[in-house]
Formats: sequence, structure tokens, C-alpha cells
Amino acid sequence: MIDFASLLPSILMMVAPILIAALGGMISEKAGVVNIALEGLMGIGAFTAATVHVLLEPVLPGWSLLIGVASGMVAGGLFSLIHAYASISLNADQVVSGTGINLLAVGIAVFLCQIIFHQDRTSAFQIGMTTDALGLYPTVWIALVVLLGVWFFLYKRPAGLRLRSCGENPQAAAAAGIDVRRLRYLAVMTSGLLGGLAGASLVLTETIQYSMSSINGQGFIALAAVSFGRWMPGGVAGAATLFGTSVALAISMVNVQDLRFLPPQFFSLVPYVLTILTLVLFSGKDFAPRAIGQPYEKGLR
Amino acid sequence: MPDKALPPKEKFDLIDLFTRSNGAVSLLVIALGFVFGSLFVLLVGRDPVNMFSALLQVVTGWDSSRGVWNARYIGEWFVASMPLVLCGLSMAFAARTGLFNIGAEGQYIAGLTAAQFVALLFPPIPGLHWLVCVLAGLLAGAAWGGIAGWLKAKYTVSEVVTTIMLNYIALYVSQWLTHAFAPGANTYRTKAYPATSLLANPWIEDLTNGSRLGNGLWFMLLSVLVFWFIIDRTRLGFSLRATGFNKEAARASGIKVQSAITTSMVISGAFAGLAGVIVSMGSFSYGRVLPGMENYGFNGIAVALVGNVTAIGSLLAGLLFGMLNSAQPLMQSREIPKEITWIIFGLVVVFISFRNGFKLLADWRAKQRTKS
Repeated sequence: MIDFASLLPSILMMVAPILIAALGGMISEKAGVVNIALEGLMGIGAFTAATVHVLLEPVLPGWSLLIGVASGMVAGGLFSLIHAYASISLNADQVVSGTGINLLAVGIAVFLCQIIFHQDRTSAFQIGMTTDALGLYPTVWIALVVLLGVWFFLYKRPAGLRLRSCGENPQAAAAAGIDVRRLRYLAVMTSGLLGGLAGASLVLTETIQYSMSSINGQGFIALAAVSFGRWMPGGVAGAATLFGTSVALAISMVNVQDLRFLPPQFFSLVPYVLTILTLVLFSGKDFAPRAIGQPYEKGLR
Repeated sequence: MPDKALPPKEKFDLIDLFTRSNGAVSLLVIALGFVFGSLFVLLVGRDPVNMFSALLQVVTGWDSSRGVWNARYIGEWFVASMPLVLCGLSMAFAARTGLFNIGAEGQYIAGLTAAQFVALLFPPIPGLHWLVCVLAGLLAGAAWGGIAGWLKAKYTVSEVVTTIMLNYIALYVSQWLTHAFAPGANTYRTKAYPATSLLANPWIEDLTNGSRLGNGLWFMLLSVLVFWFIIDRTRLGFSLRATGFNKEAARASGIKVQSAITTSMVISGAFAGLAGVIVSMGSFSYGRVLPGMENYGFNGIAVALVGNVTAIGSLLAGLLFGMLNSAQPLMQSREIPKEITWIIFGLVVVFISFRNGFKLLADWRAKQRTKS
């Protein structure tokens, strides 16, 4: 069989960014705003983190990683403001502005690579993040902290309850004195910060540079993990673990003799097929936030 | 971008124009896309004039830097535009029924893959072979779109999520099938297609100085007509549009909403499938193991939105975006990173998502007037 113990560090390395991005997407959807821009937000975060790290590595060794991750988060947060403005302030179709960000993000990232590095990707950095005594990357612990933080905020804090009410029944929330728009802005920006963090985590552990293919659909996998995990922190964590394992196996299965009978694309397919199957299986049950995708217009009942 | 406080004007009213006319909004967002794109080019110290001279060369064939004319550029402009127009039609058709088809990419891949197999396996009968390729691509695209439509109709699963998932499923299944089963396949290509499967047209080729433009052109133009005819001139089109406007009202007036949703996605997928055939049989002479998404489907979303989800609008917007795509190598050789075209695509979609601002602005102003 597959030697999971030896694969575990690399599996967790793949799980971490997907989980972080998915938790961001979940917060946004809990507040009622669909964020299909996760892919683009991860891309812009990955590009910014890789660029800052490469440029600062010789100057500020030791600090460049941290500054890189922070800038990736900020970049993701700033980009998500476009989505927030369009879908919250202007009541736009949330899928349209998300699509716009996905197109824009990869364009800007590769364009700037061409300007800064004179090629279609960033230069390679010397060392990315390094593993600890257990063989794990710090991103694994970061993901765990984010998971606990999100759960605690959403289910143990009054502000979390208010945020969730914006996604269930914004009119009722507003009647109870909640500033729906402000909370939705915060939720979308949080998803931007986490999307940027996810992209930074991915690029600084899984590869040595940012390129167009760095993210390669993992933002969409994170989006799938939100539905598959039924909009609950535990569920989303499970979904991200399953999907991340699948992505890791897709890469390493060529080395595993026992799996040669499967088509090489098998594990790449798993997250997408499973998500459709569960959506069908649980259709008709109300797992999704009720007001998801709906703009909040004052005065509507 | 709408500003917070515009001074009220007396005679010609911009806000009124933009709340009423979709065409005016399209022109505005395109203009804004180019303005912001140019600013971005300036910001990084390059000359936007080079960008526009590249675009001019694509559209007219006239190379202003060397003073020569070459019709091939015009042909290649259309080559780049055809899949964008068709994927735009795909998105637009579904949008008319109130569906958001992000899956044109997957339907494109399904069409392309089916056509590749037919091209390599069907007996090379002149005149019939390529026609069967086209049909296979249409059907595969239709089926792939139909899955999402059926899941939406039967299980009320959001088509936004399923079509995104189906995009990646299409990509990986296509890679696997082509690599494992296509004749003469290695990790990136198959053996060459028989000449009978190609969409080449010697007359057009001659006219455009050896460009790759061929019979795909007729299929694209026909598709624009078919789109317009179905939507505006048939009972089916009426029931599809009615479903898009108000599902409950449509149901109450006897329209079968469930089957309208599936039908709409089937037709929508067929357009994208055809795009796959045209790229595969028109621009390539061998089957490919796709290394990744080709992005026609995603860009088709921009095309449809700029084209206000109409047939003629998608045609015009597709030609516009095709112009940008086909100018990429020229821009790159003039020191403008070619990704500026993606930035302009993205900006245009972002600005489109801001369009609701005009309505809010008009409402706000009306309120101010009633107050005073």
C-alpha cells in the first residue's frame, strides 16, 4: 500500500494553502457574499510574496520570508476590495466581479514579472520556508491557527453570530441594528487576506518561484472545499484535507508502484468529482447560507 | 467608474444615457479598460503608443514601423476571434435563461477532444470527415453543458459551482483519454490529422496571405445567426428568455422551466464545443494532450458581458478581444508585456460589475430632486 507516513509532510504542505483559502471563502460566504475570486486572490498573494521574498532575500535574510508573507496578505486584501466594492456597495452580480478579479490578477502578476524580472515568472529564491523537527512547514501550523481562530470567531463571539446573520437574513440582521454592509466588507476583506496568505504559503513551500501555473486551480479546489465541507469549519477542514491529499497523491503517484493501474489524472479528478457528487447528494438540504449571492438592498423585505 | 457626486446637467444627461443604453455602457467600459491599461503601461515606463500600433497592425495588416502591408495579420485576427466569439455566445445564451455558465472552458475542451478522436479514427472520406468532426464537437460540448443544466434542473445544484468543477474534470479526462488512447500519442501530441479532417480553405488562405483562417469562419458566422434566430424568433427562445426573466412567472404561464434550463445549457455548450473544433481542426494539424486551460471559455465571459449577452454584441466584442489576443506577439516584440491584454480583459469585466453604480446614482439623484 501507499506509505502515508512518509508522504504525510508533503500532504500537509499541500493541504495548508487549500485550507487557508477555503476558510477565507467560507467566511465570505457565511456573510452572504460568494467569492469565486479565491483563485485570483491566491495568485496575487503568491506573486507578491515571491517577488518581495526574492528581492529582499539578499538584503534582509531571515526577515524577507515574513515580509513576503505579510505583503502577500496585504495584496490579497487590497484586491478583494474591488470585489467588496462591486458586490456590496454597488449590489453587483457577485460572480461577475469575482470573474473580473480572476482575469485581472493573473494578468497583473505576469505583467509585473515581465517588468521586474524580464521573464514570465519571478526569479527563483534561494530558500523558501523550511521544515521543523517534525518535518512540517510552518504553514501547517498557520493553517491550524487560522482554523481555530475562524471557528472561535464565527461560533463563540457575538461578532461571529452577527456576521453569520448577514448571510442568513440580512434584512432581519439590519432590523436588529447590525451594519450589514460593514460586516460584509470585513468578511470579504478577511477572505482576501486569507487568500493572499494561502497563495504566499503555497509559493514559499511548494515551489521556488511564482509562475502562471503556480496556483493551477487550487483556488477553485478551495471553493469546492467550502461547499463540500457544508459551510462548517470542521467540514471545510475535512474537505481541504481530503482534497489536499488528493492533489499530493496526483503528484507523487508516479512513484508509487501500487497505484500504477490508475490513470495518472485520477487523483487530480477526485476533488472536482466528489464535490459535484456531494452537491447532488445533499441537494434540497439547507446547508448553504440562505442569503448567499444576494446583494443586500436597504428597504427590501 | 461612477463618481459619488456628479453635478446635475440640464440637457444631455450622461447618467440617464448609461442607465438606459447597454451599448453606451459597453463602449464606456471598453474605453475605460484601454485608458487604465495604457496608464498601467505608462506607469511601468513603457510607451502605450506601441500597444496601439500593434493593435492597428492586427486590424489593418499595415505595419507602420516598416511600411509594409500583409493580409495575414487580418486572417490571424479572425483566427484568434472565432473561439472567443463562440465562447461568448455560449455564456450569453445561458445568461439569457438566467444561468451563469462559467463552464464554456470545459465544454470547449469536450468539443475539442471529441473532434480530435473523430479526426484520428474516422475513415478519411473527403467532404464527410471534417463534417463528422464538427458534429462530434458540437455534441460533446452540448453534452458537457447539458450535465450542468440537468443537475441544476433536477437537483437545484448551482450551475456556477458545477461548471467550474466540470471545467477541470474535462481537462483531466481529456488529458487522460488523449494520452492513453489517441493513435500515436506521446505526452503532448498525437499523430498528424488526415487532411480530410481539416477546416482549411485554400481560397481564404490565399486571400489572407497564408493565414490559418479557414471554414471555421462560416461556422462562426452561422452560429451568430442561429443564436439570434433561436433567441429572438422562436417559441423555444421565448420560453428560455421568459425563464431567465422570472422563473416563477414562466412556470405559472405553462413554460417547462426545468427543461428550459437543461435545453439552454445544451445549446450553450454546443457553441463552446464548436469553438473547440474550430481551434483543433483549424489552427492545428495534430491532436494535443492539453497542458492546461486555454482560457477561451473564461475570456468568453468577458466577451458576453461586454456584448450585453446578445448575438451581434458577442460577435463585436469577440472581434475586439480577438484583436487584443492576436496582437500579443507584436506587443511583446515592442517591449509591451503581452499580459497587458489580460489586464484589459480583467479591467473591462471589473468595470462592468460596477455598472450597477449608474442605477444607484440615478436613484439617489431622483431622491434628491424630490426632496428639493
